[in-house]
Amino acid sequence: MQERVIKAPSDVDFKWVGTRQIRPDGVEKVTGRAQYGADFNMPGQLVGLVLRSPHAHAKLLKIDASKALKLEGVKAVVTRDDFVEHDSDLMAAGEMMVSYKDISRNVMARDKVLYEGHAVAAVAATSRAIAKKALKLIDVEYEVLPHVIDEMEAMQPDAPLLHDDMITAGVNPPPSKPSNVSKQMEFVLGDVEKGFADADFVIERTFKTSPVHQGYIEPHACVANVSADGYADLWGTTQGHWVVRAHCARLLGWDISRVRMTSSEIGGGFGGKTVVYLEPLALALSKKSGKPVKMVMSREDIFRASGPTSGATVKVKIGAKKDGTITAGQADLFYQAGAFAGSPVSQGAMAAFAPYDLEHVKVVGVDVVSNRPKVAAYRAPGAPISEYAVESVIDEIARKIEMDPIALRLKNAAKEGTQAAYGPKLGPIGMIETLEATEATEHYKTMLGPNQGRGIASGFWYNIGGQTTVNMSLNEDGTFNLIIGTPDIGGLRASVAMMAAEELGVEYNRVRPTIGDTQQLGYNFLTGGSRACFSSGMAAVEAARQIKEEACRRAAKMWDIPEDAVDYENGWIRPAGDNAGAHEPISINEIGKMAGKTGGAIVGSSKINAQGAAPSLGQHLVDVEVDPDTGKVTVLRYTVIQDAGRAIHPSYVEGQYQGGAAQGIGWALNEEYIYNKDGKLDNASFLDYRIPVASDLPMIDTIIVEVPNPNHPYGVRGVGETAIVPPMGAIANAVADATGLRFTSLPMSPPRVKKAIDEARAAGDPNLKV
Amino acid sequence: MAHVTLVGNLRQFADGIGELEVEATNIRQLFAKLSERFPALAPHLEDGMAVAIDGEIYQEALFQTIKDDAVVHILPAIPGG
Repeated sequence: MQERVIKAPSDVDFKWVGTRQIRPDGVEKVTGRAQYGADFNMPGQLVGLVLRSPHAHAKLLKIDASKALKLEGVKAVVTRDDFVEHDSDLMAAGEMMVSYKDISRNVMARDKVLYEGHAVAAVAATSRAIAKKALKLIDVEYEVLPHVIDEMEAMQPDAPLLHDDMITAGVNPPPSKPSNVSKQMEFVLGDVEKGFADADFVIERTFKTSPVHQGYIEPHACVANVSADGYADLWGTTQGHWVVRAHCARLLGWDISRVRMTSSEIGGGFGGKTVVYLEPLALALSKKSGKPVKMVMSREDIFRASGPTSGATVKVKIGAKKDGTITAGQADLFYQAGAFAGSPVSQGAMAAFAPYDLEHVKVVGVDVVSNRPKVAAYRAPGAPISEYAVESVIDEIARKIEMDPIALRLKNAAKEGTQAAYGPKLGPIGMIETLEATEATEHYKTMLGPNQGRGIASGFWYNIGGQTTVNMSLNEDGTFNLIIGTPDIGGLRASVAMMAAEELGVEYNRVRPTIGDTQQLGYNFLTGGSRACFSSGMAAVEAARQIKEEACRRAAKMWDIPEDAVDYENGWIRPAGDNAGAHEPISINEIGKMAGKTGGAIVGSSKINAQGAAPSLGQHLVDVEVDPDTGKVTVLRYTVIQDAGRAIHPSYVEGQYQGGAAQGIGWALNEEYIYNKDGKLDNASFLDYRIPVASDLPMIDTIIVEVPNPNHPYGVRGVGETAIVPPMGAIANAVADATGLRFTSLPMSPPRVKKAIDEARAAGDPNLKV
Repeated sequence: MAHVTLVGNLRQFADGIGELEVEATNIRQLFAKLSERFPALAPHLEDGMAVAIDGEIYQEALFQTIKDDAVVHILPAIPGG
């Protein structure tokens, strides 16, 4: 791995920021003692299991659990009758507006089941064996309905209708009849028709992507314990325990204050753990049984019932001049939402052309429901799909005019001041810097062998801030406890502690960070949107500044001098200025020791709604080799080049880059949901749903480019999501370079690649290179 | 006066007007004035919208200051993943 950081000029020499410190959770993790979601147990706990629909689409006529309840060891059964009916569509849940009508129906089917695996009942019993037996005793009567899986088929007028009341929003005038299209949207910049008229040539292609799962290794898991007085403790794996708490309380009709949630260590989320599946069921079962209830999702249930990202159909049309100037970009996006409205199509639409400075853009996004699990967020929700399609056509333009693909991108690159198609003008961004860094790599200059190809693609993600609360306290010995509210997925505790230590001018290992529960802090939005390091870092810096100010006040009191005659520097409080007098400096350790006698505990408490997040741009450069006999694509070499703003802990930034590339390789080459004619998933296991394993991957090189975000005290942009955006385009472009064939469907799995090569060979395609 | 652009479908709910001038010193005032003028727009402003002020995107920030002559875009909020 290249440990290479291209640093921005800085007037400050940081002591901790930009270094590679040991993570505070490291020992627990490598010794196997860290508690993940399924590791927590309570005395007397019951085992909860879910009965799921065997049908893709059916009316739920009757649920009779009486036989199951008579089985010895069965303590409770919950069904649709145990959940509050939500008629109103949208309600606030923290920073999100969500449809509790849909969430409620997704966690427990009400009048219909809408996908295979949809929950219809849940059981709590004294053992797993008894719970499994009880599930078989629940009598469910279905009326099977026709189903639809593909998004384009779901839009046909005669397609089976999932929701009788779904009238397409965003169409004027509104349609008179319901359909499976929940929403349509349009983003327009300039006049695309004029742009196409100015072009020397236009390339138009249609792409198809499969839904792909986040592939977190740790399953969804929780333990719920509702006490006799109605107060509940919930322990589990999540990207946002305040969000889960709110969802559960709303779904069950409880006050939010009745639920306390503690987040466990998390074994991967990638957006898939921002929603609820088991948690409200476990709480309902615990309340009914009066016992703690533990629930763990099987891998098969994760595939059948939890949300992947959307599959989609994307039509892209780009006009360009012979010198490489892009004159117009247009895209129509049709995204699967799963069984309930709400795909990430608007983010995909806004991001589609975002890496480029274009005068004329038009993107239409369409949100389509079908009989699949409701989609969930997956790193940079929506953007990888649309940008894969655009990056493929950009590559075709470069080949057509025989222009270097980096030079073409540089010619059209977005930069500070570019009017983005989604509205605002962009601030400082690293598109040009990352392209130039890519061009300078040794990787880009190496020769390729037979059947080998090289591809590049760009990627954009917005990044967000949001509600964030941290508490920091100075201990009696001068150490610090730091409580953070955003679950630590990728090294957050270390990174935030490093920023706090930098701000306080103390040793890193004197700051002990932990993730607090919902009882310990004010509201925290979830870890997602690449916001946790940005937002919790910003909040921790503010909390550290409060402690410094209070330390100065205490020292001033002890010296009987004005507060403004005191300075804080590197863990020492010193008299400063003409009115200070002569006093020996006091260390922050001494201030901590004296805190009780000088006014009580010294605590920094920061509660912010972090703003000023800035986009991160990246480039992926990949070499592949295609076996023309088997169709297998082998990734030979891979380099990720991305703008981090400033890398607080470069190792964790590199980890995010490598992880995005690894997941993207799976998305590009192997991962897909395979449904049979009955609408049932045929590959609901890691054996048949092929995520990359170590032997499928080369060492992924990384280059961190730093174009600091001026809105963050340490320049952080957020890095977790951009890295999943370019891989599919980069690999598709490399495969096109190797084979001479343009693949417009994902995944580019061996059977598909072999079929395309065989057909091209049979047809005497002059473009075929293998 | 802020120069306001309604991005995407929002103009449908504003009598087809995509660009307009609004006297507002913060986002709360901006939303209130737009809602008063275009009642059909009101529920959408409460439904997960972000506001870009001179290129800087703000989410859930009602009291964010809007300077005179600022360029403002109202666009769909960005979710987390």
